[in-house]
Amino acid sequence: MRAPVNDLPVLFERVSLRAGGMTILDRIDAIIEPGAPTLVVGPNGAGKSSFLRLCMGLSAPSEGRITWGGRPDAKPTRRAFVFQRPVMLRRTAAGNVAYSLKQAGVPREQRAERIARLLAQVGLSELAARPARRLSGGEQQRLALARALARDPDLLLLDEPTASLDPAATRSVEEIVRAAASSGIKVVMASHDLGQVRRLAGTVMFLVRGTLREHEAADAFLNTPSTPEAAAFVRGDLVV
Amino acid sequence: MQEGLNAWQLIAGADPTLFAIVQLSLMISLSAVAIAAVVGLPLGALLALTRFPGRNLVIVVLNAFMGLPPVVVGLAVYLLLSRSGPLGQFGILFTPLAMVIAQAILILPIIAALSRQTIEDLWLEYRDELTAMDVGPAGRVTTLLWDARLSLLTALLAGFGRAAAEVGAVMIVGGNIDGFTRTMTTTIALETSKGNLPLALGLGLVLIALVLAINAAAWTVRVWSERQAG
Amino acid sequence: MLNRRLAIVLALSTGLVASAPALAQDKSIVVASTTSTQDSGLFGHILPLFKAKSGIDVKVIAQGTGQALDTARRGDADVVLVHAKLQEEKFVADGFGVKRFDLMYNDFVLIGPASDAAGIKGSNDVAAALQAIQKKAAPFVSRGDKSGTHAAELALWKQAGIEIETAKGPWYREIGQGMGAALNMASSSNAYVLSDRGTWLSFKNPGDLVIAVEGDRRLFNQYGVILVNPEKHPTVKKELGQTFIDWLLSDDGQAAIAGYKINGKQLFFPNAQRKAS
Repeated sequence: MRAPVNDLPVLFERVSLRAGGMTILDRIDAIIEPGAPTLVVGPNGAGKSSFLRLCMGLSAPSEGRITWGGRPDAKPTRRAFVFQRPVMLRRTAAGNVAYSLKQAGVPREQRAERIARLLAQVGLSELAARPARRLSGGEQQRLALARALARDPDLLLLDEPTASLDPAATRSVEEIVRAAASSGIKVVMASHDLGQVRRLAGTVMFLVRGTLREHEAADAFLNTPSTPEAAAFVRGDLVV
Repeated sequence: MQEGLNAWQLIAGADPTLFAIVQLSLMISLSAVAIAAVVGLPLGALLALTRFPGRNLVIVVLNAFMGLPPVVVGLAVYLLLSRSGPLGQFGILFTPLAMVIAQAILILPIIAALSRQTIEDLWLEYRDELTAMDVGPAGRVTTLLWDARLSLLTALLAGFGRAAAEVGAVMIVGGNIDGFTRTMTTTIALETSKGNLPLALGLGLVLIALVLAINAAAWTVRVWSERQAG
Repeated sequence: MLNRRLAIVLALSTGLVASAPALAQDKSIVVASTTSTQDSGLFGHILPLFKAKSGIDVKVIAQGTGQALDTARRGDADVVLVHAKLQEEKFVADGFGVKRFDLMYNDFVLIGPASDAAGIKGSNDVAAALQAIQKKAAPFVSRGDKSGTHAAELALWKQAGIEIETAKGPWYREIGQGMGAALNMASSSNAYVLSDRGTWLSFKNPGDLVIAVEGDRRLFNQYGVILVNPEKHPTVKKELGQTFIDWLLSDDGQAAIAGYKINGKQLFFPNAQRKAS
């Protein structure tokens, strides 16, 4: 099984993010703990991406504090990020995974075997030698997942990874995410799709205009939301 | 070279002097490109990725130096390498090495400036992914340089073109010594001054054909590379 | 992997390039001379003879006389061979040269267009010819580059009683380049130009140019050879350089010079007065 986690829990203490005179996130207090996937939802512009980036450590908060496993400046060695539109390195699919393994400090001798395993995990074994830039959108997203999993993360962050994919590709990605979560990786994923929330979420964080309105079990959010905005959101209304 | 023959006859007859001159020209310009690449590509990448006071000024000056006059570079290197100059004790003046040095200096700004622009553009695209993978500064430089290799190849070709075409620098630091530092361009200059205009023109066409061949070879490498790795 | 390949290519090419001087360094000297001696083809004829005899490689840098003397002053040449006696004597007097020897002579010729706007063709009075050129403002190309030929040209204007600095106008074109370039320009613009006979005879683009004036005593052109002073520049190869000068002044060398002909015409006339050291 997996080694004891040490980037979790991720603790947000009165975290605000401001840029260009605008408040993107406003006094977020939250704990992200090991367990089932947490889906971060809300209308566009709510600050989901910014929240995830703070979780990863890609940005620093303007106010407040973030700690990973109790440590305020933990290097991102135990976490990984999948972007909505991944950037493929100018090499083969296998080469991309190899790069991630190398950056994660995996010794050269172990790489070949792990590349094969990771590509199999995401269903890209047959495309190992294909130039990554020539993969389809769905295949590239799966390769991005392979790269992320290559880091052997405790925490896997995904920013609306299926937003531009067709249903079949979406399903492949969700299966991989589900499998990763089952193996003990904490998944935190931004999503705009309520169906995805129903399929994957154990916990839901609901953001509106930079504030965290609800943070509870998925069932509770979907069936008995506390706030009117959440209720409107679950109903499918626009939340302005 | 044999008198009274035109350039094509010299090629067809495999004139050994002509071949020696072609070989020297290629060796000097290719060596200059190699040196300028080893220094200039990482330099441009570093400039693209770091921020420091005066950075904008450095970039403007570097871009401007793409247009360094070859004869001025030649003169400066001459003064450096002359026996009466600071580096005189090495006795490098009037040798092919001096010509390589002068041309490397001449084309270094081209390669560094183009590298900087290319890497800066690529960094915008790669920044998030590389930061998420916690890639350190050295890793960023090598990763971006490798991924930009096709565009950088064009930068190297631009440098090579400039080096192979110039005559001012190699004439001054090389001295156009028969059988030793005589290149295609200095030979063309010499034959022109002797009034051998048809021969000079023919040699000019040979030089252009050579540069074309090198560019065609580079294009083939590019196509092959894209097929391998996208 | 890319870096390793680059490093290998770089090492190979610099190795190739760096070994070249090392190879030639064994027995070679640098001679700073003039474009007229190079363009005439003299060196192509006599240097192989010298190499066969002595095994010494002579590397000739052909520049204008002014630049050649400057190169020697900096210690970048071992021997200097030019044709500007006054400048050469000053060079020795200033301590940059060991001793000056007469080597050979040829003459200058005044070249001009066959159409002969100044009406001087066939004359052997160069002073009168220059006066005619100036009066009629006929186009004239000057080297303008402190070369031996340029110095001779300026001296001839003076002998013709013309203060050229003030008398020149758009008809007088100073190009600051070598003899070949000057002849090219004269050929394409139907101008007069002073040239040494050697370069003229080997020039391949004469167009409508012909010899307008020759045979005047004042057109005599003396070449001298000097060893660069090793006391000023210890890196000067004084033994090898002296060997070259000795050979040039010897019967062998003088015969080699006399033996150089273009279309059966001798270009340079050896006149070494006595053997060196």
